[in-house]
Amino acid sequence: MANISREQLLHVARLARLELREDEVERLGSQLNDILAAVGKVSELDLSGVPPTSHPLDVVNVWGADEPRPCLPVEEALANAPEREGNFFKVPPGGSS
Amino acid sequence: MIDTLRLSAEEAARLLREREVSGAELFAAYRKAIDERDPELHAYLHVCEDGGGEGIPIAIKDVIGTRGIPTTAGSRILEGYVPVYDATVIARCKAHGLKILGKTNTDEFAMGSSTENSAYGPTRNPWDPERVPGGSGGGSAAAVAAGMAPWALGSDTGGSIKQPAALCANVGLRPTYGTVSRYGAIAFASSLDQIGPVARNVRDCAYLYSIIAGRDPCDSTTVELPAPVALPERDGLKGLRVGVPREFNEHEAIEPGVRDAVQRAIELCRGLGAEVGDCSLPHSVDYGMPCYYLIAPAEASSNLARYDGVRYGYRSGRGGDRLEMYERTRDEGFGDEPKRRIMVGTYALSAGYYDAFYGQAQKVRSLLAREHAEVFERFDVLVSPTSPTVAFKLGARTENPVAMYLSDLLTIPSCLAGLPGLNVPCGLSEGLPVGLQLIGPQFSENTLFRVGHALELALGFDPVPPRLAG
Repeated sequence: MANISREQLLHVARLARLELREDEVERLGSQLNDILAAVGKVSELDLSGVPPTSHPLDVVNVWGADEPRPCLPVEEALANAPEREGNFFKVPPGGSS
Repeated sequence: MIDTLRLSAEEAARLLREREVSGAELFAAYRKAIDERDPELHAYLHVCEDGGGEGIPIAIKDVIGTRGIPTTAGSRILEGYVPVYDATVIARCKAHGLKILGKTNTDEFAMGSSTENSAYGPTRNPWDPERVPGGSGGGSAAAVAAGMAPWALGSDTGGSIKQPAALCANVGLRPTYGTVSRYGAIAFASSLDQIGPVARNVRDCAYLYSIIAGRDPCDSTTVELPAPVALPERDGLKGLRVGVPREFNEHEAIEPGVRDAVQRAIELCRGLGAEVGDCSLPHSVDYGMPCYYLIAPAEASSNLARYDGVRYGYRSGRGGDRLEMYERTRDEGFGDEPKRRIMVGTYALSAGYYDAFYGQAQKVRSLLAREHAEVFERFDVLVSPTSPTVAFKLGARTENPVAMYLSDLLTIPSCLAGLPGLNVPCGLSEGLPVGLQLIGPQFSENTLFRVGHALELALGFDPVPPRLAG
């Protein structure tokens, strides 16, 4: 398993919306390589005929009645907001990505 | 005088019913134990006042949402978060009159095997405060072991109920996937997460399971139990087929003292009339850990995307535009372990690596489920140690994430297969508790309770830490 490069690490951090500090880039990089080496063991097995499992129970879709019912009042929904304005969550202006 | 170290929930219920103690007296007895012991052990992140009522107290792992009570998942990113609704399991507990004692410590977002990853400091093991209580549910396990709660709720993704139960000498059940609602619980890895009971004996564990289990319209992954929960009675094990998987009992990571205690319990099964036989799960131990540490981080990287500083929880004060606010909030709010897992998960799901990592892990998962299903054609339950080692010292595995991950070597495979597992304390090694893991087919909880109860009666193990017994 190839080592993860600094560029790859920063790319993944960007995808994950994590602004890593320089000391974290160092430390995480080496730990990630250890972890990927350990989990890379799954590639040893030839599982070409095996279907993937995404859910451990043999269940199918569950449908609910499409009926209105009470939901959270606006005040409660906003109760934990770091910042609000009127009935809205307030965020800084958008950035580029 | 109420001895909270020994009082079972069942006995507490009797005392309340017959008005030998009041709900207030009972609650106060646990509060007193918390005041005495929690400064040392740090099992609780938040302790509640008595809200009245005549019910049995209960401790709740802090990944389960409780209306009006702070819920942090052991993370700075949820510091100050107060849920505005109850998780379904909480509503069910309240409907049974149970009274919340407080919220228990956990590895951040339930990611860890020692509770050292909590942003609020580690919990210590009541048997030896220099050692960890296991994790992620070390707070619930330590609270029950130290008489600071009669029972508790935990959550288990790869061993977070069973492994701390083993290290603290509790009875802990990871239920069959889909039997207990996760509505209102903080998600880690949704195809694996299960809420379950932590108790001091098997009957209490079964009783708490009966309160929380069953289909919930708010969690579409839940199912109705095929049979009601049966509280186990004194019973032999005649006719029961007990499988001893070699890979789970002979692995080199298993300490000799752990192996010996488990072997004695297996001999007891024979003495109780069970048919004991060897079996093999050839891929489960070697490939379970790698498979789990791809699937769980992949799902976590998606579930933890919601912590963005917009709707609840922490927001960075460093300013910047919206994107920078997200990135800074998450960098400052998450600790090292969630960051590692978000990074591993994002990498494993990213273009070019998906098939080799996540896709392959999903196939390994099928293989392990099949392997277990085949063995359950010949056996009713499988036995092994729950943890390869007894409780380890604080700091012993914190510098090496992979060494920490190996703590869950024996609990992970059945979690991937969606199977229930019960930890039953089975003895001591070097003065520290050893846990026996019982695994059954899906929906076999009643069998696990029956076997666990028969064993605990035959073993006569005292789950009270001697240093607290006075």
